[in-house]
Amino acid sequence: MLRSFISIIIVIVLVGCNLNRQTYSYDTIDVVDFKTLEPQLTKSTDTVYVVNFWATWCSPCVKEFPYFDEAAKIYSGSKVKFLMVSLDFPNQIEQSLKPFVKSRTDRLPVVLLDDPNQNEWINKVSPNWSGALPATLIYKGSSKVFIEGPIDLADITSNIDSLLVKP
Amino acid sequence: MKRLFLMLMATFVVSLLYAQGLKIGDKAPDFRLKNVDGKMVSLADYPQAKGFIVIFSCNHCPYVKAYEDRMIDLHKKYASKGFPVVAINSNDPEVVPEDSFDKMVERAQQKKFPFVYLFDEGQKVYPLYGAARTPHVFILSKTANDLVVEYIGAIDDNYKDASAVKEKYVENAVDALLAGKKPSVTETKAVGCSIKVKK
Repeated sequence: MLRSFISIIIVIVLVGCNLNRQTYSYDTIDVVDFKTLEPQLTKSTDTVYVVNFWATWCSPCVKEFPYFDEAAKIYSGSKVKFLMVSLDFPNQIEQSLKPFVKSRTDRLPVVLLDDPNQNEWINKVSPNWSGALPATLIYKGSSKVFIEGPIDLADITSNIDSLLVKP
Repeated sequence: MKRLFLMLMATFVVSLLYAQGLKIGDKAPDFRLKNVDGKMVSLADYPQAKGFIVIFSCNHCPYVKAYEDRMIDLHKKYASKGFPVVAINSNDPEVVPEDSFDKMVERAQQKKFPFVYLFDEGQKVYPLYGAARTPHVFILSKTANDLVVEYIGAIDDNYKDASAVKEKYVENAVDALLAGKKPSVTETKAVGCSIKVKK
């Protein structure tokens, strides 16, 4: 009796977790240029977008990666979307990027930005960005927060919260 | 009380100004840092130089590694013309052990760096310049009494492939200075590794 009760609870919990939950397997990771990525940075909807620029070779990026996974979990039922933009070199996808991402998350969408014309696109992400990694853009419509350098879970959630309540 | 407040405000404003780092046309400060050969080096040690290609660099960063050969070429091309490369590692080795002084010596030997590779011990120089990433270039020209910032930014417009470079920002800027002109492009941006500081 107890055993079947526990099984039912486990099933309910699993189903509950999977409702509205998109998961990723990272068997393929899209390689995009900035022109392809740009629409993701300029959406004018009532959703908050959290875009993190990172790379597997960047130690502060690796450290903060789980915070984004945690934030994506916290806001899974809210109008918040995440995008992890990797600046790993394209020849490192199989060797470094895929194994890293697969071991850290299944809920964060990941693309690889491969666009050497950095002098133009860095300013389009934010005129305040020097180009150093990590960097995070959190925006809703025209309200934008750009953070160069490391970020922690509290920074991420407080910025999301303040944008969520903005009209 | 009011005076104290004003002094605090002034200190705050000055620290803000310094936090911004150098801008084009600013006077650049000299420094005295340990080279990989163990000797202390200042920009004042180069009386013959017309200027400097100062590059904030390090050992571990993949973007630096992608540019090391181009840094060597820059020095080989321009040192004899009066613009030597001066590379500085400002990372805190306690954050990135690969960027320790000993590892710098190793890297310089492996790659046979023809330029000085200096260790910014205590991380005092990079904030004065406003360097934010590696590699981050500051081209300085020498006037009668000062060093003046002429260019801040990337080495060229393609980190991945030296043969696909369309604009050689640093070469163009130094060529202009050697011709007695001002560089036409004075500021560029590129992705790089942040300068590593303890939190």
